Amino acid sequence: MFAIGPIGFTAPWLLLGLVALPILWLLLRAVPPAPTRRRFPGVALLLGLTDDQTQSDRTPWWLLLLRILAVAAVILAFAGPVLNPQEDRAGTGPLLIIADGTWADARDWQNRTDRIEALFEEAGRTARTTAVVTLTDLPAETQFRSADVTARRIPNLQPHPWEPDAQALTDWIETLPGSFDTIWLSDGLARESRNTLLTGLEDFGGVSVFQSPRQTIGLRPARFEDGKVIVSAARTPVGNAMTATITAMGLDPSGVERALATIDLDFAAGEPVAENALVLPPELRNRITRFEQSGTRSAGAVSLVDDALRRREVALISGAGDREGLELLSPLYYLREALAPTADLIDGTIEDLLLANPDVIILADVATLAGADASGIIEWVENGGMLLRFAGPRLAASDIGRQEEDPLLPVRLRDGGRSVGGAMSWGEPKALAPFSEGSPFFGLQVPDDVTVNAQVMAQPDPTLADRVIAQLADGTPLVTRKTVGEGQIVLFHVTANAEWSSLPLSGLFVQMLERLAVSTRAMAPTDAELAGTTWLPQQVLDAFGRLSDGSSLQGVAGETIIESKPGANLQPGLYASGDNRLALNVIAPDQTLATAQWPARIRVEGLAVAAATSLKGVLLLWALLLLYVDVMASLAIGGRLRGPRADVAAALFAAFLLAPTYADAQDDFALRATTQVVLGHVLTGNATVDDTAAAGLTGLSQTLFRRTSIEPASPIGVDIETDELAFFPFLYWPVTADQPVPSREAYARLNRYLRSGGMILFDTRDADTARFGSSSPEGRKLQTIARSLDIPALSPIPDDHVLTRAFYLLQDFPGRYASRDVWVEAAPIDAERAEGMPFRNLNDGVTPVVIGGNDWAKAWAVDQYGDRMFPVGRGQAGERQREFAYRFGVNLIMHVLTGNYKSDQVHVPDLLDRLGQ
Amino acid sequence: MTQPLALRADAEALASPLPALLAEAEHLATAVLLGEHGRRRAGLGDTFWQYRPAQDHDEVRNIDWRRSGRSDATFVQDKEWQIAQSVILWVDQAASMRFASTDDLPTKATRARTLALATAILLIRGGERVGLTGLRAPPRRGEAQLEKLAALLSNDDTTDYGMPESQGMLPHSRAVFVSDFLDDITPIQDALTRAADRGVRGVILQVLDPQEEAFPFDGRTIFESMTGQIKHETLKAGDLRDRYLTRLAERKDLLSTLARATGWQFTTHHTNTTATQALLWLYQALERHA
Repeated sequence: MFAIGPIGFTAPWLLLGLVALPILWLLLRAVPPAPTRRRFPGVALLLGLTDDQTQSDRTPWWLLLLRILAVAAVILAFAGPVLNPQEDRAGTGPLLIIADGTWADARDWQNRTDRIEALFEEAGRTARTTAVVTLTDLPAETQFRSADVTARRIPNLQPHPWEPDAQALTDWIETLPGSFDTIWLSDGLARESRNTLLTGLEDFGGVSVFQSPRQTIGLRPARFEDGKVIVSAARTPVGNAMTATITAMGLDPSGVERALATIDLDFAAGEPVAENALVLPPELRNRITRFEQSGTRSAGAVSLVDDALRRREVALISGAGDREGLELLSPLYYLREALAPTADLIDGTIEDLLLANPDVIILADVATLAGADASGIIEWVENGGMLLRFAGPRLAASDIGRQEEDPLLPVRLRDGGRSVGGAMSWGEPKALAPFSEGSPFFGLQVPDDVTVNAQVMAQPDPTLADRVIAQLADGTPLVTRKTVGEGQIVLFHVTANAEWSSLPLSGLFVQMLERLAVSTRAMAPTDAELAGTTWLPQQVLDAFGRLSDGSSLQGVAGETIIESKPGANLQPGLYASGDNRLALNVIAPDQTLATAQWPARIRVEGLAVAAATSLKGVLLLWALLLLYVDVMASLAIGGRLRGPRADVAAALFAAFLLAPTYADAQDDFALRATTQVVLGHVLTGNATVDDTAAAGLTGLSQTLFRRTSIEPASPIGVDIETDELAFFPFLYWPVTADQPVPSREAYARLNRYLRSGGMILFDTRDADTARFGSSSPEGRKLQTIARSLDIPALSPIPDDHVLTRAFYLLQDFPGRYASRDVWVEAAPIDAERAEGMPFRNLNDGVTPVVIGGNDWAKAWAVDQYGDRMFPVGRGQAGERQREFAYRFGVNLIMHVLTGNYKSDQVHVPDLLDRLGQ
Repeated sequence: MTQPLALRADAEALASPLPALLAEAEHLATAVLLGEHGRRRAGLGDTFWQYRPAQDHDEVRNIDWRRSGRSDATFVQDKEWQIAQSVILWVDQAASMRFASTDDLPTKATRARTLALATAILLIRGGERVGLTGLRAPPRRGEAQLEKLAALLSNDDTTDYGMPESQGMLPHSRAVFVSDFLDDITPIQDALTRAADRGVRGVILQVLDPQEEAFPFDGRTIFESMTGQIKHETLKAGDLRDRYLTRLAERKDLLSTLARATGWQFTTHHTNTTATQALLWLYQALERHA
């Protein structure tokens, strides 16, 4: 292909046509513009007048240039110019195609497979043998086969949500046979294994790289800080300012997954990391299951949420009275200290607490519970609650659980309890025994300095051994547990303060609470905490950011989870161990991203297959534009832009210039109508009426703004023939006698609008002279207009219609005139008033039309200074009527926007109160 | 048998514009009749003009006894003067008058005919006698004359520019000349002076299209007369504008001077202004000499 710089030509011989241009110049120059013939009676006066100059018999040079350029553009266009033409990738011998196949590839994986397919086709034409490999899924043996055989493997290629393993890569290079050329489809991210692999591959033959310079965003795990959820993300390459929208997904109360919140991450120009804080109520926050970047299909754009964001609700109840001043002795002091950073603590009576349905209830040294409380707690435990009890003097002194097992204690207790190592007893204070394997505390280090001085003792029992989850060095139970229904009851046989043991003073106490899932950890777990645990994958992420069931995969030891990077044996996803959950995300909390850099000797190309852009269309367009300018210029020179036919030329010119702006105007209208609530009025074609309607709705909008939480923008006039109606919740339609009847399309739109919940207020503005149904010109016009509208049966507003109480309590609906004839959709025939209710249980939904003649717009209208434009009535009574007109407007818009909310019987007591009955 | 039928058809076709022309002219004329009326002088006539005290030369039978009975003096009824004038019309019917620059405007010929006929209606209603130059229609009074005038005015000439005829002008009559006066001025000068010599007074109305006043042309143009017989080619029409306008102004000036010298009245009417304006001017100009 013949090429000049980055532009190649498919038919270069046509370029010879350019040589003809100077000849064309001479030809065009020799031919003057054709004369116009005009009939003109005044010619008799012209006879004998001669031209002063003879300049215009030649075409002006700039017009010539214009034409030459146009012809040159046409010649160039048909010579088939192509920007960045595709070079044939000449080469022989085997060809290895490798793709990184990481999560960063997933977003445009289709492009990559297309590219690979194109490469195979090319290789097939030159009969090269090929092989294709993704680095995240290395084959044991790489075989070069003919291109069409290898091409069948393309559908099997899938990206994986982890990075290539450096060790596996070095092993793989060892297995490669012979010599070959390599084409590497890079995912664009820097990683250490790249250089090793590159040098390894260069030993076999040439390497070329495809890498597209697009931006990759990695969403880091969200963390919890000062009551806020911090969401952050890293990006590469660092470029201009941009915004990524992050959605928090989770289950709503009905169990359906939906977006719970969205947050914008604003990357400043030149900043690789963006961070933003999300404040959510705890109930909502606890339901978040993952964050994802909207519109990006990649595992890097998803971060799963584990317990780190969850905060349990813990109810604290202590048996001891308020011992003012003795904070450190309070049974709850250490619990509060241990739990406050990681859980939401609530206080109150048991009855109230049970209503709040907390995750955990802690009873510190509470011996007996009232009957109702006890049964309530039992029910709550059976439904999955966790009751955590601490012993203490009261429990020891009481006699519950002595003879038979108390339903709220895991074991029977012996009378008294015991005290060791004190001033009045024998022996040393007892230390804790290491936790046994079945215990939830298994793996926790027992510090030496934790000792127990006193405890309540468990009665030996056949079931006791199963229920002990921690014991002292001498084998006496320290913590016992039993399951009840779906919940469990745990008893610490010591106090929650430091009176009986030093356990609450130690870090072990916090860890034990955490293992019991009473608290949740705020920070990433440490090795020690995970030691000895096994985590079962519940859900795993694929490279595209989709979650799938992971229960068929093997469990993973806690140490592995914290130490290894995600890989084939440790897939990113959500892992669970007991009640604790741990998310393993593709992006680590502090990970930054960098763009892969290649040595200068390596050829790097963009990924896009269609990089070759044909310029033919552009050139032809330019030629057309030039010819158009030439037409206009020729007309101007020939004097045809003036005189009798000038209007036609001007119309052509205007049509050409104005056509492209049409779409913008449409978008503008949509934006203006939808960014805020906007009241609309139908344009009637009568300027006075339209201006009044606009001023009226402005007044109403201002009133709504001042008095209610509806804050409308300034109203918009709506042409029902051309404008989209669906943007408006409410249309005001002043009826004039001479307005045209809407077209068929407009009727279709109006009916769709009425059916989909819109409301039209028809105002015949004639209530001073006519009654509804009598024939004023406007009334007759309304009948004509409404004949084709989908309007239900109407009735005058009944006394108990929701319009009478949507915001204000009203019985009249005056505008500038105070007629009572205002009609709305009729109530269903079977609507009846319930006993003792002030209003009937009326139809649902909003009345699609309100029809009246009170000329509301004039009563509402304000001018640009906010002054009333039209008088209403006389004096004080008139102002009162205007006030009621505004109240009607407020009620109407409330009714449109909130529906029959005020029809709900819930409001009956309040309304009765306000009605003074 | 076909001949009479064909003749009839032709006649119908020919006559068809007449009612329209007449109607239009009458419509125009009614607008004026409301304003001006009568000769405003005592004289011979049928309608009452005023009572005046009887003089010695008044015959006794002329005394209005009903009026005199109410006072001591005797009174005589004066009638309004109703003397008939002869008015001769010349309307240019040549091809150059059939020009209209845009579709919205009437041709100069239409406007000229309408104005002339409307003047004729006014005059005939006022009791004058109206005719055409060149012995085609000698001055007569009555509605029948109007029909005849309309028929004659509807004819088109094939020549490029029209030439006034001074034949058939009665001494001391009135004349109305309507044309665009764009052609050679000499014949018009002749006709005017000859008419003035015979004591004829009258008005000259120049009807022009707005384009003829503005000359909004540019670029290489070939100007043709309406029949295509006269041609003028220019390479830059815009350059000619000033000189053309000067010539047009000279022409108007010449006509105006001519009119002043002979005691005639002159004005220029454009087809884009209302016809009533021109008609009022025409009527008052004729009235001034009556």
